[in-house]
Amino acid sequence: MSNTLKNLTLKVWRQSGPQANGAFETHVIDEITDEASFLEMIDILNERLIDEGREAVVFDHDCREGICGTCSLMINGQAHGPERGTATCQLHMRKFSSGDTIVIEPWRASAFPIIRDLMVDRSAFDRIVEAGGYITAATGGAPDANLIPVPKPVADAAMDAAQCIGCGACVAACPNGAANLFTAAKITHLNLLPQGQAERFKRTEDMVETMDAHFGSCTNHGECEAACPKEISIDVIALMNADYRKAKTKNRKQLALK
Amino acid sequence: MSTTLDSKIPDGPVGDKWDNFKANEKLVNPANKRKFKIIVVGTGLAGASAAATLAELGYQVDAFTFHDSPRRAHSIAAQGGINAAKNYRGDGDSVHRLFYDTIKGGDFRSREANVHRLAQVSVNIIDQMVAQGVPFAREYGGMLDNRSFGGAQVSRTFYARGQTGQQLLLGAYQQLARQIGIGGVRLFNRTEFVDVVVVDGRCAGIVVRDLMTGEISSHSAHAVVLATGGYGNAFFLSTNAMACNVTAAWRAHKRGAFFANPCYTQIHPTCIPQSDDFQSKLTLMSESLRNDGRVWVPKVAGDSRAPHLIPEDERDYYLERLYPSFGNLAPRDISSRAAKRAVDAGQGVGPKQNGVYLDFAEAISRLGKATVAERYGNLFDMYERITGENPYDVPMRIYPASHYTMGGLWVDYELMTTIPGLYAAGEANFSDHGANRLGASALMQGLADGYFVLPYTISNYLAGWLNKSVPDTSHPEFSKVEHEARDRYHRFASVGGTRSPDWFHRELGKIIWDYCGMERTEAGLEKALGEIPALYEEFKKDLRVTGGTDGLNQTLEKAGRVEDFFELGMLMCRDALDRKESCGGHFRAEYQTEEGEALRDDENFAHVAAWESTGDPMAPQRHVEELVYEEVHFQTRSYK
Repeated sequence: MSNTLKNLTLKVWRQSGPQANGAFETHVIDEITDEASFLEMIDILNERLIDEGREAVVFDHDCREGICGTCSLMINGQAHGPERGTATCQLHMRKFSSGDTIVIEPWRASAFPIIRDLMVDRSAFDRIVEAGGYITAATGGAPDANLIPVPKPVADAAMDAAQCIGCGACVAACPNGAANLFTAAKITHLNLLPQGQAERFKRTEDMVETMDAHFGSCTNHGECEAACPKEISIDVIALMNADYRKAKTKNRKQLALK
Repeated sequence: MSTTLDSKIPDGPVGDKWDNFKANEKLVNPANKRKFKIIVVGTGLAGASAAATLAELGYQVDAFTFHDSPRRAHSIAAQGGINAAKNYRGDGDSVHRLFYDTIKGGDFRSREANVHRLAQVSVNIIDQMVAQGVPFAREYGGMLDNRSFGGAQVSRTFYARGQTGQQLLLGAYQQLARQIGIGGVRLFNRTEFVDVVVVDGRCAGIVVRDLMTGEISSHSAHAVVLATGGYGNAFFLSTNAMACNVTAAWRAHKRGAFFANPCYTQIHPTCIPQSDDFQSKLTLMSESLRNDGRVWVPKVAGDSRAPHLIPEDERDYYLERLYPSFGNLAPRDISSRAAKRAVDAGQGVGPKQNGVYLDFAEAISRLGKATVAERYGNLFDMYERITGENPYDVPMRIYPASHYTMGGLWVDYELMTTIPGLYAAGEANFSDHGANRLGASALMQGLADGYFVLPYTISNYLAGWLNKSVPDTSHPEFSKVEHEARDRYHRFASVGGTRSPDWFHRELGKIIWDYCGMERTEAGLEKALGEIPALYEEFKKDLRVTGGTDGLNQTLEKAGRVEDFFELGMLMCRDALDRKESCGGHFRAEYQTEEGEALRDDENFAHVAAWESTGDPMAPQRHVEELVYEEVHFQTRSYK
């Protein structure tokens, strides 16, 4: 049954552009049902701001089902807020209490520059995938799907990694702003599968080095796993590191054979 | 009414048409492909797969998305699976059976030749996606697993847990990313399509708005593909993502592309009911839940007792009662209407009495909690996150919601709209699902169009333009369209009224839902056709958009999308009014059997209604494409 939360204080980050100085703006929500989602609370705030003739708070969001990875938000210093394994769009107000102060910030990482208010630029993630996060298989001429048997445990492990929604919470939660969980999830998905073997080491080298060019380095804090809305395990980082080491020798051998 | 549409269906028996087309189409040789520029708008399944494949063939491709990354497109949210006529189960499936099921599921309102082609290429999709590394569910021997889905008697649905759409989209995105990385595709992200530019009767390019800077700019091309999704958000509340909109299709319509069957909308029966007045969207609960959940409402209207206090003999398991042979697995349109009737009769449950129960108590006692958790655990968790109720203890509450739109831009067999050089793919076109789409067929169609249809059909058009000059963006028509776009945004920003775009969208959605939703009547549609223009007038006078037209302004973006929904809403109601029959998702209360089932009129309405814009959204021109059935015969759909 629904309850009403009263007297919530929101401290929302406002910043007019990438180069501008930002600041917290305080708003009080007098009353809201706990059935509302967190983003619906921001919708309500925005309706009120427009009513007052002010500009709405800019934030990224789309599917509101926890799958597209568009939403972000540091909520009280936690990426995607207090509920484990839950993206901001699936967070509901029943996780908060009357009288709470809620601090809402954008992802903070040097590789994700702030565009405006709560919106950041995550295109560095796309650069990593463009560097090798694929299996080269041009359309047409693929063999029958069942010609490539994939053992169930392998398919399941690949799927565990492939669930990544690319939201960037791992980077935002990391004290170093590292993208190792994101990169390793994609590498693990593809490197585990038989279809991914031909490009395995080239892929790993290219993706890791593109990652390093944009993001900070991993020092095994494990904050990324705790923040991940899909609860992807940091085991994938170990698998990536192992393949990267192998890549450095294998690729060298292949070059020497030329 | 006139019949001027040439659907360009190839000759021969329906099973040979696609081969005949491929045998006779014009090709562009590899060295010449790089002379052609193709614009693809939208990067969902259809757009990403088309852009990647066209670039692999050697065409210059520019891809546009209003998202920050191509991977955000709403194809990602599809849960259940993708159909393909692989017959890996050996259970009697075939291309012909998938073709037939799709025609029947669409209530005999789709084009035979297109549907047959879809069934043919479905098998290639699975091969292609597996080669790309999509982690489909496997059996212990390593072979692909299948599940069954509504409207079919075979198991032909391939899946990746409850995230099939995500895995397929990421597969197509990765293929697109590869092309972006090696320079085959130029990507314009956070860039919204604004208008189509037509010069000398052919599509010459598009005008777009950079969402970050507000800059309006022109892009010319030899051909343009719109893969911009459906218009389910016309209802405001739907399972679509917040940004899904009709703008690209609608702007093309206003420039001359016919819009087909706008009244064919799919209302999905199992969504979580609305819980408050400012709710922003509805969430789908996978149809697979109906395999074990039992749908019921209290027999007595207004019974507000907690569900466990209502004894068995005071419950109405209405689907099992009305459709004994399909029971809780009756197709989407039929289940949705039955739920609506129960709620309209006052038997609705929950705090707002706006849902029906989907009860797992019987399944839990039969299978044990562990088995139920294994099958549906992630869905139960999602339900609990959203509602705060635990479905292991309390029955779920569900209600139908707008989910998919079968209508869309009219296209011929080659997926070209009535504007030469302008193509529509995926949910944005109307072509394959008739009046109702079967589960797990949307992913199939998006990928079929992008991977295996467009790359063939587009060369048939482009070959004729080899070494001929086409207008570039210096042509005055481009600057004219740019000016119109700028004026439009300035108009929104300068109304200075009192209501936000969202407020208007919500009010508009209520009208469309009430009168052009699950059940339509002549009187209701007439009423809507009075109320929508009145609200639209208010929108023009009382809209408030804060912030300017330069730079990032999400309120301004929303205003443009809502305006297009207004005009579309009028066309949806007009189309529903003129289609004096019930078929699939279009249920007119006047046309039903004694048992309350849809009553088709094959004599007068076995056709596609394709609407031409006249400039006045209240007075569009209706054209007709007759549907000729050579292979299948009309039947009454029965699920009793």
